[in-house]
Amino acid sequence: MNSEDKTLVEIIDENKQIDLAKYINYVSAPQAGAIATFSGTTRDTFEGKTVVELRYEAYVPMAIRNLKSICCSARSSWNLHSIAVAHRVGSVPVGEISVLIAVSATHRADALDACKFLIDELKASVPIWKKEVYSNGEVWKENTEFLERRFKHGKDGSCCRRKIKTEARDIKGCCKPKVKEEDAADISTS
Amino acid sequence: MKTEDNLPAVQSVVKDGSFVQIKVLFFAKARDITGLTELSMEVSSGSTTQDCLNKLVAKFPNLDEIRQCIVLALNEEYTTESAVVKDKDELAIIPPISGG
Repeated sequence: MNSEDKTLVEIIDENKQIDLAKYINYVSAPQAGAIATFSGTTRDTFEGKTVVELRYEAYVPMAIRNLKSICCSARSSWNLHSIAVAHRVGSVPVGEISVLIAVSATHRADALDACKFLIDELKASVPIWKKEVYSNGEVWKENTEFLERRFKHGKDGSCCRRKIKTEARDIKGCCKPKVKEEDAADISTS
Repeated sequence: MKTEDNLPAVQSVVKDGSFVQIKVLFFAKARDITGLTELSMEVSSGSTTQDCLNKLVAKFPNLDEIRQCIVLALNEEYTTESAVVKDKDELAIIPPISGG
């Protein structure tokens, strides 16, 4: 494993909490002056309704594959050291963390921008679903990021928005062959 | 009187190649509707993912209520309705996602 390119993607089993310290430790490095994190937590209300819990499920192998691809895209756009993404499945009660992203970089602009990109892309394209459970019912949520992108898709639309930087950078070895990424981007607009 | 059978040249009927077997996965709302997490389905060779979806909607008519908003994945990658399925492919019915 190239120590320059540490990427960790985990789908966390039911009833296990996300250990924030673990992921911060994972991305920490002497060369990385900045660590940016995002954690999504279950809110207690939605449109005035009291939320009891969120229940997540995932198409695990595809979600992992997608997340790794998104991490790869992030590396092609920003100069990053390490990335960690963890998402829980199962019930996530109010106040608990359902998703965690941690990114380290030499400089904070790269870490912060990449962190935002990663959560935005996750919400737009990774096959994970949540059901909002209220005291008097439950409903499957739909991310607007996903819906907006679906209707914008042309033939060469991309799940992972790659910002092509003009300055020369070493090609990191983590990216899978381009064909797979384009295939992954081709969402049906039935 | 004996009649002589005048048989035409025998054509061997090859069944393999005319059908393919795929696995279909249902998630979230799609699973609620069908009551299944997965099923195995036989479709004609050369069928598209759209053909498969049509067959699924015929089997589970309530899938029609989400048909316009689902996307499909073939072997863990997003795909289009014109993609052709092969034997042992895995087709996932993906309702609007809501991770994060």
